[in-house]
Amino acid sequence: MRRNYLGEFEELVLLTVAVLHEGAYGVAIADELERQTGRSVSLSAVHAALHRLEEKAMLNSRLGEATAERGGRRKRLFTVTALGSRTLQSIRETRNRLWDSISPQALPALGL
Amino acid sequence: MKPLPPRWADRLLERFCAPHLLEEIQGDLHERFERRRVLFGERAARRQYAWEVLGFLRPFALKRKKSVTTTTYSMSHDMIQNYFKIAFRNLAKNRVYSFINIFGLSVGMAVAMVIGLWVYDELSFNKQFKNHDRLAKLWQFVQFDVEKSSYDVMPIPLAEELRSKYPDFERVSLSVFREITLAAGEHKFLRKGNYVEPVFMDMLSLDIRAGSAFAAQDVHAILLSESLAKAIFGSKDPIEQLLELEGKESVKVVGVYKDFPANTSFNEVSFLAPWNLYLATDRNAKANVHAWDSNSYQIFAQLKPGADFAQVSAKIKDIRMKLDNPPGYKPEFFLHPMSKWHLFADFKNGVNTGGLISFVWLFGIIGVIVLLLACINFMNLSTARSEKRAKEVGIRKAVGSVRSQLVAQFFSESLLMAVLAFVLALLLTQLALPFFNEVAGKKMPILWFSPWFWLCGLSFSVLTGLIAGSYPALYLSSFQPIKVLKGTLKASRSAASPRRVLVGFQFMVSVTLIIGTIIVFRQIEHAKDRPVGYSREGLMEVKMNTPKLREGYETVRADLLRTGAVEEMAASFGSLTVENDGTVAVFWRGKSPDSSPLLMGNRVSYDFGKTVGWHLVAGRDFSRDFSTDSTAMILNEAAVKLMGFQKPIGERIRWNGKECEVVGVVKDLIKEDPFKPVKPSFFVLEYQYVDVLHVRLDPQVPVSEALAKVEQVFKVHHPAAPFEYKFVDDLYAQKFDYEVRIGKIASVFAGLAILISGLGLFGLASFMAEQRTKEIGIRKVMGASVLAIWQLLSREFVVLLLVAFCVAVPVAYYVLSDWLQKYEYRTELSWWIFAATGLGALLVTLLTVSFQAIKVALMNPVKTLKTE
Repeated sequence: MRRNYLGEFEELVLLTVAVLHEGAYGVAIADELERQTGRSVSLSAVHAALHRLEEKAMLNSRLGEATAERGGRRKRLFTVTALGSRTLQSIRETRNRLWDSISPQALPALGL
Repeated sequence: MKPLPPRWADRLLERFCAPHLLEEIQGDLHERFERRRVLFGERAARRQYAWEVLGFLRPFALKRKKSVTTTTYSMSHDMIQNYFKIAFRNLAKNRVYSFINIFGLSVGMAVAMVIGLWVYDELSFNKQFKNHDRLAKLWQFVQFDVEKSSYDVMPIPLAEELRSKYPDFERVSLSVFREITLAAGEHKFLRKGNYVEPVFMDMLSLDIRAGSAFAAQDVHAILLSESLAKAIFGSKDPIEQLLELEGKESVKVVGVYKDFPANTSFNEVSFLAPWNLYLATDRNAKANVHAWDSNSYQIFAQLKPGADFAQVSAKIKDIRMKLDNPPGYKPEFFLHPMSKWHLFADFKNGVNTGGLISFVWLFGIIGVIVLLLACINFMNLSTARSEKRAKEVGIRKAVGSVRSQLVAQFFSESLLMAVLAFVLALLLTQLALPFFNEVAGKKMPILWFSPWFWLCGLSFSVLTGLIAGSYPALYLSSFQPIKVLKGTLKASRSAASPRRVLVGFQFMVSVTLIIGTIIVFRQIEHAKDRPVGYSREGLMEVKMNTPKLREGYETVRADLLRTGAVEEMAASFGSLTVENDGTVAVFWRGKSPDSSPLLMGNRVSYDFGKTVGWHLVAGRDFSRDFSTDSTAMILNEAAVKLMGFQKPIGERIRWNGKECEVVGVVKDLIKEDPFKPVKPSFFVLEYQYVDVLHVRLDPQVPVSEALAKVEQVFKVHHPAAPFEYKFVDDLYAQKFDYEVRIGKIASVFAGLAILISGLGLFGLASFMAEQRTKEIGIRKVMGASVLAIWQLLSREFVVLLLVAFCVAVPVAYYVLSDWLQKYEYRTELSWWIFAATGLGALLVTLLTVSFQAIKVALMNPVKTLKTE
């Protein structure tokens, strides 16, 4: 099995899909990301990431319902697959492990 | 109405975005736009929308999804196989059409190929010589009368003059072309060759296969062509062997050269002998070494690199006129470059008027026209037939064919036909070339190894295939299946009109060609029927090329008459079919002092008139009964006209320092060009220079028997020389060689063009009849007669033919009257030729069309209608 490498933005998008749970589609994800990170996120970047994640089999998608403001176009709804979930978990464990290994003096104090 | 995002941005997105992603992406974009519009206002939202759209110019959005169903790929292996299968089935199903189509096209292609080869051969004439762009032959314009005539014979001293005083010349060689007997022991050969100076061999970069060229001081030496050496000596080594020339001079073979190729001006030359030998043996040449006004020899010249023919010609033009005693005929010398010898050999009044090149053009145009006719046919038939396949198109489309597949199918079909036609054309050309070579007097092979030949042939086939296939491929494939299958689609009447124009064009070309061919043949017949002034039947000529015969004229004559096979015999200087002794030194009463017309002198023996059978119009023939006849002269009618005598008999004429008395006038004897007026000539008795014996065989004795008897006499009187004779009939016929050849070639091509148009007409007529079978069935049910149906089907073609005829007549008239202008003795362009051609074409057309029309008209309507 190939190594599941995720870029930072991809990881954020994957997490956001998980956060939004049932209602994860392009605009919602972009909005949520903007809200959470405070940086402006373009739709194309989100779509490109979603596309890549789907190719890596970390996301599943289906077509959802159409709404008026979309001009009657359907949205594509995304859900995290088991592989996606496992990847997120493993990333988190790696991070945790790393955090745990940092000695308290190693990081400059932030004045907390 | 709710404000929408910028239209152009949406359009752009729709253009570049992959279709399967478009819905979600556009939906998202629109949703965001809507929100932004509410939050930030429309302007900002629109701007941002555009930015966002541009942001999607990324690979993932651009990349099209591969379709799961790949059948729309029109060039797949299976489909190509299918196209060919269908194409072959179609060919096999419509055998007649396929045959007409492919055969017609291949005949056209073959004609074009043969003509192309011929044109190539003509254009490459003389190009084999390494120095061909620097070689030239000396010519001169002379003015006997009002017009300038041109001759390629020169005085001997001119060569030395050019060599010594004009630095533009690199090499200059004198030359004479002669037919002589070469004898090696018992074997005797009559061959043509040149006496030349040694530089001549360097000029032509002669390919010497054995031995070497003769040197400047050599006299009794000779070079033979490979074929002649083989003919004389067989497998023996010819070098150092001895040959006897003309029964008197013994020469040594010093070298053997490779035969000159067929398409060079020297193709008849089979030996090269030293000019010095000619000087040593020929009495006239010996006397003419310093004679500036005796023009009997050819001069070939090679210029130095960079010298220009026209400039050098200007320099040498007045050489003779600047010397003492300039002659009254004002010679102007000039150079005729080798590249023009063959195709530009005609001069009229001091100007080059072309020559064979006009036939290169003529045949080139005929070739193109025949090919065009074949293509038109091919296109007409393919398009007419393809309409029948509209249903096939409908069904193919209904089961999922896309347009590109149908386009590919029709193109591959017509390409297949064109390539088949090309292969067949190659075969036809290969079969026809031997005959063509025979008729055209050529030795041309198919250029199997020339890449240009293949390139032209194949690219032409592909082009024809593409053009012929374009109509079905592009027009039929656009049909909507529903209309085709419902049967509501009718081929519009306008679809047939280009076809009509093409058929009309074919008619026009055919009619023009027929008229042209008839006129060419009538012109030949006209000239052949012209009274020649003597009778050719049973008249033969023997060249007296041995001194012994010359002395024994009277004994030979007596012996010949005694055989009983000979009616009469005479001798003269020169053959009866050649004028070779022109002179301006003739003076008569009332001759204007400033004109010096050229008269043809004929030195003959007593019995000449009786032997050739000339027709006296006044006075008497030469006779042994009058001792004064050694100064008697007989004029021809043209000479009497020139001199303006009312009563020519008894007039005194001074010629050659003698006072001669005119004793008779004869009808003009055509000795030279039968298409030209006869030159003024006179006949005098003179035995000194005769070199041809004329023998009239007794018509009662079979020719072969008579010949055997005559040969016996010659064998007795001169055993060394071969008995070489020629019949005047044949010699005279040779004058028409060229015209007959052109006529034959033109008629073959015209015939093929007509055949092709006939095939096309037949195909088209049968197709039309077939298309209208139902209509005709209904008409018959309603009571139409066979005649009415025949009229219905024939009318269109007849109208077309009439229109074409009206166009063709002026065209043919213009072209042909122009052609006939070339001949001073020419036939009339009578109206009946045009009328007859028109009627003939009408007849052929009606026959062709009627065959189909009557077939359809006789069909049982029950059968044609029941399929509905």
